Amino acid sequence: MSTINLKNPQVEVREHRLGSITGFEGAASQLAGCCGGSPKERNRSFSQCLGCSTSNAACTVILIQDAAVISHGPVGCSGNLHEYAFTYRVNGVQRGLEHPTQRRIFSTNLDESDTVYGGERKLAEAIREVHGRTGAKAIFIITTCASGIIGDDVESLASEAEAELGIPVVAIFCEGFRSRIWTSGFDAGYHGIARKLIKPATRKQPDLVNVINFWGTDIFTALFGRIGLRPNYITPYATVAGIAQSSEAVATVQICATLGSYLGAALEQVHGVPELKSPAPYGIQATDRWWRELGQLTGRSREVETLLQEERAAFLPRIQELKALLTGRSAYVTAGAAHGHALIAILSELGLRVTGAAVFHHDPVYDSGSEQSDSLQAVVRDHGDIPRYTVCNKQEFELVNVLMRERPDLLLARHGGMTLWGAKLGIPSLLIGDEHFGMGYQGLVNYGERILEALENDEFVKNLARHAVNPYTDWWLKQDPYLFLEGARP
Amino acid sequence: MTGIIEQERYTCAIGAMQTVTAIRRAIPILHSGPGCGTMVSGFFERAKGYAGGNTAPCTNSGENEVVFGGEAKLRQVIQGSYQVLESDLQVVLTGCTAGIVGDDVGQVVKEFQEAGKPIVHVDTTGFKSNNYVSHSHVVKAIIDQYVDRFHQGQTRTRTRNQLVNVFATLPYQDPFWKGNLSELKRILEGIGLQVNILFGPESGGVAEWQRIPQAFANILVSPWPGLEIVQHLEQKYGQPFYQFPHLPIGSNETARFLRGVARFAELEPVRVEAFIAREEQAFYEEIDSLATFLLEFRYGLPGYVHVIHDASYVVGMSKFLLHEVGIVPREQFIVDNTPEAFQAGIRAELATTSSKRTIPLTFDPDAGRAQEAIRGFRHPGRGLLIGSGWDKLLAQDKGFDFLSASAPSPYRLVLTTGYLGFRGGLRLIEDIYDRVLATYK
Repeated sequence: MSTINLKNPQVEVREHRLGSITGFEGAASQLAGCCGGSPKERNRSFSQCLGCSTSNAACTVILIQDAAVISHGPVGCSGNLHEYAFTYRVNGVQRGLEHPTQRRIFSTNLDESDTVYGGERKLAEAIREVHGRTGAKAIFIITTCASGIIGDDVESLASEAEAELGIPVVAIFCEGFRSRIWTSGFDAGYHGIARKLIKPATRKQPDLVNVINFWGTDIFTALFGRIGLRPNYITPYATVAGIAQSSEAVATVQICATLGSYLGAALEQVHGVPELKSPAPYGIQATDRWWRELGQLTGRSREVETLLQEERAAFLPRIQELKALLTGRSAYVTAGAAHGHALIAILSELGLRVTGAAVFHHDPVYDSGSEQSDSLQAVVRDHGDIPRYTVCNKQEFELVNVLMRERPDLLLARHGGMTLWGAKLGIPSLLIGDEHFGMGYQGLVNYGERILEALENDEFVKNLARHAVNPYTDWWLKQDPYLFLEGARP
Repeated sequence: MTGIIEQERYTCAIGAMQTVTAIRRAIPILHSGPGCGTMVSGFFERAKGYAGGNTAPCTNSGENEVVFGGEAKLRQVIQGSYQVLESDLQVVLTGCTAGIVGDDVGQVVKEFQEAGKPIVHVDTTGFKSNNYVSHSHVVKAIIDQYVDRFHQGQTRTRTRNQLVNVFATLPYQDPFWKGNLSELKRILEGIGLQVNILFGPESGGVAEWQRIPQAFANILVSPWPGLEIVQHLEQKYGQPFYQFPHLPIGSNETARFLRGVARFAELEPVRVEAFIAREEQAFYEEIDSLATFLLEFRYGLPGYVHVIHDASYVVGMSKFLLHEVGIVPREQFIVDNTPEAFQAGIRAELATTSSKRTIPLTFDPDAGRAQEAIRGFRHPGRGLLIGSGWDKLLAQDKGFDFLSASAPSPYRLVLTTGYLGFRGGLRLIEDIYDRVLATYK
């Protein structure tokens, strides 16, 4: 368990704080239940482009309705942030936002002389300019490799500006080079939010439940409404004021512990908002556990039983039908950690055989320190071992090699770019972006229908496989996929 | 210009990994922090090519490499690249981490060069420039460290061949680069030249790059990006160059471009004029039958345009839209961070668009400010905004017609469409009025 310390401007990266790793191959059971000790990291001697903490930190703040974001670095360090502007706009309708406003995203545009003389003056001016230009209710500064290495004192500049401007000006330390686990950026963003935005509760709202998520479709208003609760979505599509009052909630849930681990723990440890510890509600067993724990936390156990009863009545018959159609098919999963475990649960309950998984990193424990939150252990316990479970750090070359061998009936991915290789090999491949799509009983139906559709409509991937360009060498595709992993068998 | 930038329309120096991605079977190898490749592919989107994006090898430098140096890791990753990926050319690009730490990348790469590998390195430390500038650095590095190995003494004279190297537009930064290069090759061949187009599907890959020294001249179609390349080649191989200062869009400017090239290259005028005449005829056949629609459509068509783009497009589109389509260019915004030395020349070029009107022009990479300005303008008639995905909401707020034609462009899919040349001009007309007519429900 990590102790949340909001006095420090920075939060430690996952490698140090949680003992997280990016290299492993073996059975899932060997890695599950590592709560007590840390698994050993295995480095790679060859590697391909990874994600970046700064981008993931940005994801926690850019979609706050009334905030502005300054990337303190060269112009390239905010290169992909326009994708969040797009997301905010096109997805707003799924979250009840009819008129999504322009995202205000800035770069301090550091140049060579700034790296010699420092970029502090430029940042100080930028904060004032952005304040004047946008009238944002909060300004977030996300740091980069360049600003980190030259040692700009971003924290002091933010504090001075905050005192002068009278709005939260939040320094978020998320330099890419600090961590190979880009989800460290989530923690950095939430650390800044917990330090500067969330206010101590002046009252409690006994029907308010924080939901830490991305930008999934709003399903919780209706579901929670049935048991007399309201969701407080944080942080995408929230307002600065809405986030400030998250301390008043009766509980916090998260759709993915990889995402929300730190913020959930901060709300519990600092503001006394209990965090729901069970893994997110994907698959029947996890769903039942999750709702029952929510019932206990909010004093609504009876209502929860009724809700589960209704859900079963509504969806179990179709789930059984889908299961009959899908049983015996094999699947391979590639995704981030906790959501990868969720996908394994979904596939297993739909009758598919998960032969292997390439999961981006592994957190042996989350910030709550609770063994109950160990989603890999839960999935192994519920559905049996996954024989070829790897922690792949999103290394495409390993995935391609593995898929050539496994040739599963289905590749299920989350995070862009990975389905391409299934498709190039003629394997029906599916990526669902909406993280709420697979939740609960209805989620199993949703996934089951989509998987059937993907398996049925395979003409495109079959054709692509005949024409696909493959840059990988024949030599490589004949090697052990983990040849470049430290300590590999020669 | 080093102020803040809102809504960036280009990226940092390492964005020139896309220049490598645009060469057939070439691979970028990044010696950088873990996120640079993702940032670049996120900026351009759908721009993976042969081995960009998640496929590109990268050292993913961390604390260890920043403190102790990253040369050993780079050596390993290069070695692994040969084992894992098929490629004809490898380009090592450095990011901010390696740039600040001061790794001797050249020394590491030299070991592989001495072993005969087709590998080059280039300093693309993010903060040192941007991709408009570093595109030239990548090309120069490939010429100096790779192409030059195939240089067989004297440059051939034009009596023995009609070969030119063409440098025009930045792959991926120009969303229409494939189509533009394709049309460029077609029209230059049409007037009798042989063309090394170098990037994209119509080039012959590294074999074509190897023939760069054999060309008798270089053609640059650009106001300033790439000028460094042709100046370098002039010095290195004694190849003179012809520069046309913007994208030639439509018939007028494309004909002017071709005549300029023909004079420079002393081509046979009869053949050149015959080609131009054929193309002009085909072009104006379309305009002719379109004119009734442009003049009579009673429900409203755009009468004026603001363009937010790089210098090449702003000038090229302004000239084309005014004279060949009848849409009047109002305030224009160049957001490519044009160095000051080139700004006066670009202003002068834009001023030649019309002898009776002035087109107000602003140079500023801070596109957020351009948007602020546009929000304040009031012109009679219906407006058209040509810009990037960032501008969609602005167009909506202002009631403008909107064409997404610059990076980043998340609201539009472009494969091989081009706006350059005779055919590109017609395509631009199609695209503008397709958007306009789509507003009628």
